[in-house]
Amino acid sequence: MTVTTPDRVETAAPAAEPTVVSPLRRFWIEFRESKVAVVGLAGCVVIIALALLAPLISPQNPYDLMQLDIMNGRLEPGEKGLDGQTFWLGTDDQGRDMLSGILYGIRISLAVGVASGVLAMMLGASMGLLAAYFGGRVDTLIMRVVDLQLSFPAILLALIMVAVLGQGIDKIIIALVAVQWAYYARTIRGTALVERRKEYIEAARCLALSDGRVVFRHLLPNCLPPLIVVGTVQVAHAIALEATLSFLGIGLPITEPSLGLLIANGFEYMLSGKYWISFFPGLALLVTIVSINLVGDQLRDVLNPRLRK
Amino acid sequence: MTVFLIRRLMQAVVVLFVMSLIVFVGVYAIGNPIDILISPEADQIERERAIEALGLHLPMWEQYFVFLQRAVTGDLGRSFAFSTPALELIVERMPATLELAVAAMGISILVGIPLGMWAGFRPDSVGGRAIMAGSILGFSLPTFWVGLMLIMVFAVHLGWLPSTGRGQTVEVLGMHFSIFTLNGWTHLLLPAFNLALFKMALVIRLTRAGMRENLLMDYVKFARAKGLSTGRVIFVHVMKNIMIPVVTILGLELGSVIAFAVVTETIFSWPGMGKLIIDSINQLDRPVIVAYLLITVSMFIVINLVVDILYSVLDPRVLLKEMKS
Repeated sequence: MTVTTPDRVETAAPAAEPTVVSPLRRFWIEFRESKVAVVGLAGCVVIIALALLAPLISPQNPYDLMQLDIMNGRLEPGEKGLDGQTFWLGTDDQGRDMLSGILYGIRISLAVGVASGVLAMMLGASMGLLAAYFGGRVDTLIMRVVDLQLSFPAILLALIMVAVLGQGIDKIIIALVAVQWAYYARTIRGTALVERRKEYIEAARCLALSDGRVVFRHLLPNCLPPLIVVGTVQVAHAIALEATLSFLGIGLPITEPSLGLLIANGFEYMLSGKYWISFFPGLALLVTIVSINLVGDQLRDVLNPRLRK
Repeated sequence: MTVFLIRRLMQAVVVLFVMSLIVFVGVYAIGNPIDILISPEADQIERERAIEALGLHLPMWEQYFVFLQRAVTGDLGRSFAFSTPALELIVERMPATLELAVAAMGISILVGIPLGMWAGFRPDSVGGRAIMAGSILGFSLPTFWVGLMLIMVFAVHLGWLPSTGRGQTVEVLGMHFSIFTLNGWTHLLLPAFNLALFKMALVIRLTRAGMRENLLMDYVKFARAKGLSTGRVIFVHVMKNIMIPVVTILGLELGSVIAFAVVTETIFSWPGMGKLIIDSINQLDRPVIVAYLLITVSMFIVINLVVDILYSVLDPRVLLKEMKS
């Protein structure tokens, strides 16, 4: 257990010490006050489950060419294929089952969104903590870069990164991290500036603990709640941004068909009235983003100590 | 004020320089335009002549200095693909993008402020809640997907509005605009609405928050105690105070609307700067990429500066001296 003042334990504990039962329970009681947020949470759980179980539950492996039949191309939702199987969400131009395509697509979109979110959080939180803890020149330098970056819209930065790095799944993740880290840095710096002045940090320093230990073992856990809120919202942003880039044809390569690529693929059939190739992947994307945002909204209220009753 | 301006301008020049360096080095390090631009059937002499004409034989730092020297004089290189000056290419496309951005801004203000005021005035009514739910949706809906759905409904199924292009344009001051013709408006409506959606959600939230905050303030009580009508209190007294944050944010967002136009332009085949940059990235047309990014970055720096100044004019409590950046 870190050295904490009693009033902070409650807010920090759900995130830092999930084993402590009562604050976690209390957190849940407060969270479920909003029914919409519970629906959002359920949505998130379902989507994560679908993404994890995609290979087991999807009717076909959409990227195993042996299972595709071009004769099944562009079937409407609910139509039966040549082998008698029903394509509930229709098929794309190559006879690929859209439902399977979407399940695999969610998997890729989520993986990219979460990976970039976690990496950005690690980078941003370290930078923000450094800025807050050391202050002075370090603070000015880091926060200048953050200010500068936040004054440009995400899509423009993403375009620059893509233009500079080129395409590929790793490069898109790097681009998303580069776009997002500043949000985490600014958030955690604000919290850390307040926490830094508290007695437990002073106590830890008096024990002659190393700077690294004070920052990461003592300061960081107490700055987590706002970081979690920003994290949820940013993951949703990352998923949307990746989908946008992929839709524009400058995101993921064709070998990693995320939801954005599926939508782009259906774009050309849109004008001939074949709506389902774009519509359903878009719906999946929408449900994913809305669910995460709803959870994030409620987390902000629950984890905000100022709103505590 | 003068000190503030000078400091901001110097900062702007530094930012521009750093950005140009990052973009140039980054963009020129990927791919090899020689392979793309020179036909594989060209013989060795033709190849070398083309490399020399494009300046690709020089070491990278030298290419950068040549580029910088020319950039100062307004020459941002020639497009590999179009063989026209990159700057000219972008300036030519700029009116289309600006027109789209301004129309989108207009729609989001005209729709967003009344809705936001209503939601703030009656936060617990059905209407107020519906507006807020709508704004969450507006934030969450991926722009490009909404664009596709708009095309599907209004262009394909209903056939009311065209789905691509700018339609009839009118030449004003040497630039082409669609907003002056009816046909142009029918082309503009869908993309502008698509682009406006996200900002509309933002305006609704800002206005609602401002409304709720201001309604509790003493000056509102005082105005009511004076016996002013609710309409006057809201549309004259409260409105003025709500507008400060809304104007600031909208000013800052104008830039982001221009940047996000990339997506809308691609969907609706709107021949603006955004479509140009996507095409250029795909073709590795490096002078155009660099020129686009530099122009957009400069645009941002100017917009941010203007908003900062406007802010201090609108709200005398903000002292420019106190603003660090």
